[in-house]
Amino acid sequence: MIELRVNGRVHRVDADPQTPLLYVLRDDLGLNAAKFGCGLGQCGACTVMADGEAIYSCITPVSAIGTRAIRTVEGLGTVDAPGPVQRAFMEHQAAQCGYCIPGMMMRAQALLERDPGASAAQIRQALQPNLCRCGTHMRILKAVARAAELMGRGGKT
Amino acid sequence: MRQSRREFLATGGALVVSFTLAPLPALAQEGGHAAPTGPKLPGSLTRNPMLDAWIRIDANGAITVFTGKVELGQGVKTALQQVAAEELVVPFERITMVTADTERTPNEGITSGSNSMKDSGTAILNAAAQVRAILVDEAARRLGVPAAQLTARDGAVHASGRSITYGDLVAGGNLHVNAAAESKLLDPSRRVVMGRALARLDIPAKVTGGVAYVHDLRLDGMVHARTVRPAGPGARLRSLDAGAVERMPGVIKIVRDGNYVAVVAAREFQAIRAARALGDRTAWEPAALPQDASIHAHLLGLPARDSVILDRGSPDAGTFAATYRRPYQLHGAIGPSCAVAQMRDGKLTVWTHSQGVYPLRDALAEMVRMPREKVHCVHMEGSGCYGHNGADDVAADAALCALALPGRPVRVQWTREEEHAWEPFGPAMESRVRASLEASGRIGSWRYDVWSNTHSTRPGKAGNLLPAMLLATPFIPEPPRAIPQPEGGGDRNAIPLYVIPNARVVSHFIASSPLRTSALRSLGAYLNVFAIESSMDELAAAARADPVEFRLRHLEDQRAIAVVKAAAERFGWTSFERRRGHGRGFAFARYKNLAAYCAIAMEARVDPETGDVRIGRVAAAVDSGEAVNPDGIRNQIEGGIVQSISWTLFEAVTWEPQRITSRDWARYPIARFSHVPESVDVHVISHPGSPFLGTGEASQGPAAAAVANAVADAIGGRIRDIPLTPGRVHAAAGASAAA
Repeated sequence: MIELRVNGRVHRVDADPQTPLLYVLRDDLGLNAAKFGCGLGQCGACTVMADGEAIYSCITPVSAIGTRAIRTVEGLGTVDAPGPVQRAFMEHQAAQCGYCIPGMMMRAQALLERDPGASAAQIRQALQPNLCRCGTHMRILKAVARAAELMGRGGKT
Repeated sequence: MRQSRREFLATGGALVVSFTLAPLPALAQEGGHAAPTGPKLPGSLTRNPMLDAWIRIDANGAITVFTGKVELGQGVKTALQQVAAEELVVPFERITMVTADTERTPNEGITSGSNSMKDSGTAILNAAAQVRAILVDEAARRLGVPAAQLTARDGAVHASGRSITYGDLVAGGNLHVNAAAESKLLDPSRRVVMGRALARLDIPAKVTGGVAYVHDLRLDGMVHARTVRPAGPGARLRSLDAGAVERMPGVIKIVRDGNYVAVVAAREFQAIRAARALGDRTAWEPAALPQDASIHAHLLGLPARDSVILDRGSPDAGTFAATYRRPYQLHGAIGPSCAVAQMRDGKLTVWTHSQGVYPLRDALAEMVRMPREKVHCVHMEGSGCYGHNGADDVAADAALCALALPGRPVRVQWTREEEHAWEPFGPAMESRVRASLEASGRIGSWRYDVWSNTHSTRPGKAGNLLPAMLLATPFIPEPPRAIPQPEGGGDRNAIPLYVIPNARVVSHFIASSPLRTSALRSLGAYLNVFAIESSMDELAAAARADPVEFRLRHLEDQRAIAVVKAAAERFGWTSFERRRGHGRGFAFARYKNLAAYCAIAMEARVDPETGDVRIGRVAAAVDSGEAVNPDGIRNQIEGGIVQSISWTLFEAVTWEPQRITSRDWARYPIARFSHVPESVDVHVISHPGSPFLGTGEASQGPAAAAVANAVADAIGGRIRDIPLTPGRVHAAAGASAAA
């Protein structure tokens, strides 16, 4: 049994220690947001936060997480009570197919928690590891800038 | 007491046949629907004429609208719901939309060709208007008041002081009637729901971890499968040592049939590990592929079927000649293809992100040798799309695995490498322009030849499903087909919209294809618009004319002129200051010459040392007819521009003689945030009351040419081969500086 802290709750999961965190989140904990994109750490669709740092859950064995607190998009808020990053993505309609978006949101959350005053250039640079194929980049950039504004007004979660 | 739609279905017979069993015309895939018999009905009502196939109103007033088109993140579900709400005169929120499902919705073939609003939007607009008229007439009868004195509003029909709800007015199957050719449409100048940038219905689940994709579907007892694909295209399985893999943890079954290999396991990562182990224990007899480096010469050496698609006046040999090429390119959805299938009680159910659930159902039924009534395909969203990707193939994988494990739902997701190597590619193409100018500075003669493989190998037949091709008794792919004009396939947009007195355009269709190809967003329009619009800039330079003014000289269509002027103005075309390494580019096309008009201006900065290209500001103008959701249109145009910039600067499928080598994002790079534009401004021109014109593929061709034109303007050298890699840009800049 592996003990895992996810979105503020402690879970005990019965998984092979080498299993990448992504499959434990999705299949054992039923969390949909983190996505399988490449399994290679090339696209960022699987991005989650571990103690505030953005990591690729597709190449991180669950046994390597230890006591680090994992946060996924489900931990940012809900449809009825969205967190600032979620709210900003909805306001800017910053999705087409949306498959890459949870990874984008977690990388943005990690950036803004570290640097709430991140500039447009810093936001663009921070998102470099994450791929989007629909070409929604311009909206994603605007949404993250908007999330920074929302967080700056005390909406930080 | 009215019979529910589900009860109609349960009764079977003619009522159902009218919309569920209509055969799909073979060439309905990328548009070009076969002509129906009988009176011409609006949009997809032609193929599905019963009003209650589209709109159901329950006694409690609940309104359900059915579409055979699928949501791909393009926002069509939201736009169609806006259309229905407008003509039914009910609040947007009152409507529930049901999208493509072979047991519930009309058969609208494939969601492709930017045809959804034209087909389904037009059908729903008219069906809703006709349903409203039926309800008003029924209210008139019951109230004894002339229909002209009644108003439909908020789900009820109102007379002075009295009203009857829609739910009460639906009775005796009065919506189970054939649509009429004419509808009493509302005044388009008084739109309430259409024309508004309403928030998309699919976004909340996508940003909160809801069940938003087929990838997120988890059924009780569900198991996981992964496939083991051949070493390369055409390779045959020589040997397979399954013994050790069968004993791996969680492994339930190895499915093998000829060259088809898959493994099913209890848990997802167990399936992944088992498939890797199995892959290491297979040996394949490879087949040879033609040389990557000389693929265009190889293609042009194959037999071609030539069609003259434009023959006007007497074109001459031309004083300007140029050849343009595109490589094979990927759809490359971020999430590899996925499906879930379950065989239960003699019936196969498949949850799929296919663009065409009915054609897929027919292909799966043929593959598993079951009657198609026993195969049920339900659409759920997938990642990306952008054309015929692995969605249908993975549905076949799931079906084959589910058949091997009756009762168990089986989820299959492809690996990244599998998606990159095995999805059908956008075809490599070549085209040649020969043109000459008149003394007046107008183009007097234009000759254009384009060579292409097929742009449509979608299912409908089992032979078009990759897994079915690999079986011991393989299904053979259908003979490749050219999609006819006016929509065209390889020759889509090969006819310029410009007015040229002498012009000849020839489409050379190459049936034999060394690699599997199919529809990639905008099909041949991507290369044809790239070629035509690059040539327009070169001819403008020869005529010493401004590129925008030169285009306007050759346009007569007022809507084309309007988007060209709007894009140029919003960009600040005339005030742009050129500097070395910093250029501007312009391009225009009307998609398929019959859908949306789109003009794009953009600036590019080029580092001559490295050949690195960065796109600055982009301004676009689009006319999609009546804009139902302007923000949806903006999002599609923006996305198309950014995607096309990626195709045009970075992308090419690569291979060795026996295998595809561009198998991940390192070996098939696409644009990251560093290389998307600084800004994209999209101006939407709407014409309320005029037909919906498809938008989703309008910007890719113009964006590609605008990139090439901006790069040429920045470096003084022209690149005619896609992609405009740093090496090619550096070489062109060097050649230009040396000249």
